[in-house]
Amino acid sequence: MNLQFLLDGLIAGSMIGLGAIGVTLTYSILRFSNFAHGDFMAWGAYAALAVVGVIGGSTPMGPLSFGWPLLAAMVVAMGLTALLALALDWVLFARLRARGQSIIVVMASFGASMALRSLLEFLFTSSPTYFSRAIQIATPIGLGIRITGDQVALLILTLALVIGMHLFMSRSQRGREMRAYSQNPALARVVGIDVAKVVRATWIIGAALACASGVMVGVLVQIRPMMGLDLLLPIFAAAILGGIGSVPGAVLGGLIIGLSEAAAVQFVGAEWRAAVAFVILMAVLLVRPMGLFGVAER
Amino acid sequence: MIDLFGYGAFFLSTALIFGLMTLGLNLQWGMTGLFNVGIAGFVAIGAYTSAILTTPDVADRVGGFGWPILLGWCAAAAVTALAAAFTGYATLRLKSDYLAITTFGVAVVVHLVALNAQSLTGGPFGVAFIPRPFAGVQDQAALFNALNLGVIAVVTLTVYLALERLSRSPWGRVLRALREDERAAIALGKSAQSYRIQAFAVGGAVMGLAGAVQGHFIGFIAPNTYLPTLTFQVWAMLMVGGSGSNRGALLGSIVVWAIWVGSGSISAAIVPADLQARAAALQISAIGVMLCLILLWRPSGFFAPRSGPK
Repeated sequence: MNLQFLLDGLIAGSMIGLGAIGVTLTYSILRFSNFAHGDFMAWGAYAALAVVGVIGGSTPMGPLSFGWPLLAAMVVAMGLTALLALALDWVLFARLRARGQSIIVVMASFGASMALRSLLEFLFTSSPTYFSRAIQIATPIGLGIRITGDQVALLILTLALVIGMHLFMSRSQRGREMRAYSQNPALARVVGIDVAKVVRATWIIGAALACASGVMVGVLVQIRPMMGLDLLLPIFAAAILGGIGSVPGAVLGGLIIGLSEAAAVQFVGAEWRAAVAFVILMAVLLVRPMGLFGVAER
Repeated sequence: MIDLFGYGAFFLSTALIFGLMTLGLNLQWGMTGLFNVGIAGFVAIGAYTSAILTTPDVADRVGGFGWPILLGWCAAAAVTALAAAFTGYATLRLKSDYLAITTFGVAVVVHLVALNAQSLTGGPFGVAFIPRPFAGVQDQAALFNALNLGVIAVVTLTVYLALERLSRSPWGRVLRALREDERAAIALGKSAQSYRIQAFAVGGAVMGLAGAVQGHFIGFIAPNTYLPTLTFQVWAMLMVGGSGSNRGALLGSIVVWAIWVGSGSISAAIVPADLQARAAALQISAIGVMLCLILLWRPSGFFAPRSGPK
């Protein structure tokens, strides 16, 4: 049996997990499931592509297909994606949230997602593009698994982002405020937590991580306007599987979904890959709707 | 002249089929407050059910049942109702967002099955030779178009009247009560979950019926008819028409479809061929923006009656 699917699943899962962190935070703090989250990934990837175009790509570093310009572009793009999310919140979501019907906000995010995605298609056409067309040579690392330099780099980057997120949520003042607000909004207000800042931090973190994940998909696979929509179901499934509001849960959920998808590709057939997330989602909803690390609904 | 009539009949038939879908959505969203992002999936279930049951036998695909069209339509509604009921059962006891996410997943999976389960759905090439009503007079275009429009109009009117009737019935009152004040309704002994599942299933049945009617009207179905754009169009139709109103749902469908077709043919006429795909993307984007603007400024839509039962 070829164990390569374990590595493929791990990598796909880390991208899903990064996306799921944003979804789970938006859901637990802003109280709605953001259907436009996948499009933040796509916009982030295209933003990085545009920035690379401006500053110019350089020679790749060592075994990687990309160089410092891409990493710099990713940081800039993370900022741009955060701005996009904040702007969207300002013109649309905040106004609807103020009316108090969360499902209307979900619907607005659905409309915004369609508009954002089609706008990308308008600007860049629907054909895929790439950060680099260079072919990467995979190195065998035993057990029949082969890994490329890019994959190693992105796994390390994911690990760094996840650890950073965990430290931020558990150690920093803002992270504690975010957790407090998600657990009990009324009490959080009473103790003087600045809700506007919590909301802003949520959007910035969610969008920046979505952008990072989008850039990774762009490096490892390709950049397409539909890339976010295709990942939306796995991301939602991961967030619910991990338990809404739990950052480690979102990452673990992402890894489980990624590994299951890779296993499905290996043992069932690649064409059924997209159904895996749905099957897991239904199983979680029927058996344990609060997810792995979730708390029962109050 | 005949051409113009033929085109008008075709346009109106298509718009009324969208109207049927919008009526189904209005029962789910407008009356009960259930958010369905998988309309395309439920429409596809209906279309495929009826197509498989009524088409003649084909090699490498289940089929050859040769059911009459009407029976196919009933089966389409029934199967879609079952699928919707199961979706509702799995999610409606949870937070409302979970239904949205799950319906989104249903659409993804139905599309996947339509694309890949070749022995059931014909795969990417779809199902052809779906019997069309009054196929006997197909060579007389005007008569054929008029008869088909008539059939679709009768189906739409029947569903419309039935839904109007339902919304005034005690059943409809419970749904509205649940939407307005869930606790009060539960305190009166009404099971919120059971009523919501029923409403979701009936709405799903109407969508499945719409899919079947569409399949038989065109005579051919393929997986790529049922993409998220379809879900989106139906939502735009309901929001323009005014959710909660069946009349608004029908009027909204006709208006939005007219805008859609009109802007499509204008862009086809003035945009160079190599930019057509981009123009289409911009068209979808505009609909998305419109949906958001309506939510912000005109949540009650444009064609709903001002007063009356809400």
